[in-house]
Amino acid sequence: MSAAPAVIEARGLSKRFVKRLDLAGKIAARLGSGQVEETVHAVDSVDLAIAKGEVVGLVGESGCGKSTLGRMIAGLLPATEGQVLFKGQDRATLDGRSALAARLAVQMIFQDPYASLNPRARVEAIVGEAPLVHGLTTAGDLPAYVDAMLARVGLAPEFKRRYPHQFSGGQRSRIGIARALAVKPEFLVCDEAIAALDVSIQAQVINLFMDLRRDFDLTYLFISHDLGVVQHIADRIIIMYLGRIVEMAPTVALIEQGPNHPYAQALLAEVPRLGREKRKFAPIKGEIPSPLDPPPGCHFHPRCPHATERCRIEAPALREIAPGRLSACHLNDIR
Amino acid sequence: MTHSPTLSVENLKTHFFTRAGVVKAVDGVSFDVRPGEILGLVGESGSGKSITGFSILGLVDPPGRIVSGAVRFKDEDITKLDEDSLRGLRGNRIAMIFQDPMMTLNPVLRIDTQMVETVQAHARVSNGEALERAREALSLVGIPAPERRLKAYPHELSGGMRQRVAIAIAFINKPDLVIADEPTTALDVTIQAQILHEAQELCRKTGTAMLWITHDLAVISALADRIAVMYAGRIVETGTADEVIARPLHPYTQGLLGSVPTRNQRGTRLTQIPGMTPSLLNLGRGCAFAARCSKVLPACADEPAVAEPSPGRQVRCIRPLVEVPA
Ligand SMILES: Nc1ncnc2c1ncn2[C@@H]1O[C@H](COP(=O)(O)OP(=O)(O)OP(=O)(O)O)[C@@H](O)[C@H]1O
Ligand SMILES: Nc1ncnc2c1ncn2[C@@H]1O[C@H](COP(=O)(O)OP(=O)(O)OP(=O)(O)O)[C@@H](O)[C@H]1O
Ligand code: SF4
Ligand SMILES: [Mg+2]
Ligand SMILES: [Mg+2]
Repeated sequence: MSAAPAVIEARGLSKRFVKRLDLAGKIAARLGSGQVEETVHAVDSVDLAIAKGEVVGLVGESGCGKSTLGRMIAGLLPATEGQVLFKGQDRATLDGRSALAARLAVQMIFQDPYASLNPRARVEAIVGEAPLVHGLTTAGDLPAYVDAMLARVGLAPEFKRRYPHQFSGGQRSRIGIARALAVKPEFLVCDEAIAALDVSIQAQVINLFMDLRRDFDLTYLFISHDLGVVQHIADRIIIMYLGRIVEMAPTVALIEQGPNHPYAQALLAEVPRLGREKRKFAPIKGEIPSPLDPPPGCHFHPRCPHATERCRIEAPALREIAPGRLSACHLNDIR
Repeated sequence: MTHSPTLSVENLKTHFFTRAGVVKAVDGVSFDVRPGEILGLVGESGSGKSITGFSILGLVDPPGRIVSGAVRFKDEDITKLDEDSLRGLRGNRIAMIFQDPMMTLNPVLRIDTQMVETVQAHARVSNGEALERAREALSLVGIPAPERRLKAYPHELSGGMRQRVAIAIAFINKPDLVIADEPTTALDVTIQAQILHEAQELCRKTGTAMLWITHDLAVISALADRIAVMYAGRIVETGTADEVIARPLHPYTQGLLGSVPTRNQRGTRLTQIPGMTPSLLNLGRGCAFAARCSKVLPACADEPAVAEPSPGRQVRCIRPLVEVPA
């Protein structure tokens, strides 16, 4: 990519969730019911490097593995295979002080704020505890520190005595954002971080993210289903399909030259716009493949209008098709 | 089909009596939803949209309570019903899709157990039949390999899948009224279109009335028949979806529409409405938006009356009255 050293790098990163049979299932299997252990191939050999100060957008269908990839990169979920490097060092081999430093430097804003906030802690503790423990503020300055963090995400200081259940959905998700920013991270995984906010507050949070990047070189992996927002803030966009990266390109190139991969083309064709017409929505055609049973070859072949015999057998590699642009599609071999 | 509304909310007030003071989360909200109609409810984060939904279902917990107003479901005021009768309505004739899917889903039960239970609470059918309906409902919300996903626990699903299971549970008994609270926040466009298609089918075929709460203006402009805009506990503007999106009358609605990122401002700062959401603790009499409004007048310090520029088109702002319409 660029010459700047990577803050975060993923090498051959995979995650499989194996569901063991429960007792009833085991008995049934013994009796020949054909029940087997289920394996979800959530993330399949992902290679990715993110440079300091870069904003990388990650998009793809619901269930394609975005959150799983984000959680592995944030060091919150062990990988089945592969490594995550933080500033060139394998996170799994860090210990003591350097492990703690990496843990603080890489923060995640969760897709589901409710489950990620301690229901029995007041907001002042949720946002203020970690910065106090790690010496980013003093006990005397803590109230002002917390107020400032809340104000940045548009929450009034009066909210800090409340518990998470006493907030609206969008207010709760902003508490999650304030908590992550309060420890002054270097790298932020934002998993649908602004999905629950109205557009004006979305704009405020996006502006805040861009300011932090300008002032502190904060680096982002920005997971979102909202292509409009991703196109607005990301330098580079990654498109995932069923656990694999299918295309990676600078945002400007993706918009100006159009996507290369057939799935990316289908996805970007559907960016919704503020239409003024009531319209009839159409159902999805054909069956959506599942990561429980990914199709062989190119994962996209059952839905791809260009699929050939080779696509059904051989998985296409993610290869450079132009400087800085990668795509995983056999069509690129034919030209 | 009758022409009387399925749901009629009249001057609803739901307040939270906290130690810091009274939070007037919903403060005089009125609207109707007719059979087969979709009413979009949009508005600022924290403006009282979810609490409006909870109030309709009788799900407000202390220290909050409905202090006045009526909620008529098919002409019956359901704020007067006892807890048992209300429970009978919920999940049967009235369904809610919560903003947080884990409010619908029980984390320790498999999806099939939860769905079969919902079906059998409504209809006397065998386990096999109920399971088949559950499988069908999951495939209609775009979940691949539904028969295998039925055996999963909620935590084994992605965020968007959990959201879709909650939608499937709400739609499965074809209720008369659905209250959908940000149901598609984390869904990509293709799957979102599938869900919106199912919602439209339900309205068309069953005459289900829907209150669709969302901040996604692109979705609501394409889905809703009418839109109501909420700000600080009150509805500040209503009209048909086309009118509200094309010619917003309230300065808050205008600011909201102006914040949508457009394609040609990549990387630039986005427009945000200046200032902060007002505290719902000590709201004065005047217009709650006045402190942030670019068109504020001295008279905005008094409570603005509701103007009705055309039938069914309402706005709680004095501006449209003093301005000559363009
Ligand atoms: N238990 C509670 N105690 C005190 N205040 C509360 C409580 N629950 C909600 N509120 C307040 O009531 C107001 C309305 O909340 P509500 O959840 O209805 O907002 P909303 O419009 O759904 O917002 P969002 O779009 O962010 O979900 C909010 O300002 C919230 O802080
Ligand atoms: N703890 C788990 N156990 C089993 N399967 C899991 C677990 N967590 C995730 N999965 C599976 O891994 C796949 C990828 O899930 P993930 O949450 O990463 O998707 P996602 O791209 O974030 O989707 P969404 O947009 O809906 O949030 C899904 O099929 C999901 O069911
Ligand atoms: S490799 Fe084949 S199936 Fe896959 S996207 Fe390319 S053409 Fe389509
Ligand atoms: Mg996710
Ligand atoms: Mg809400």
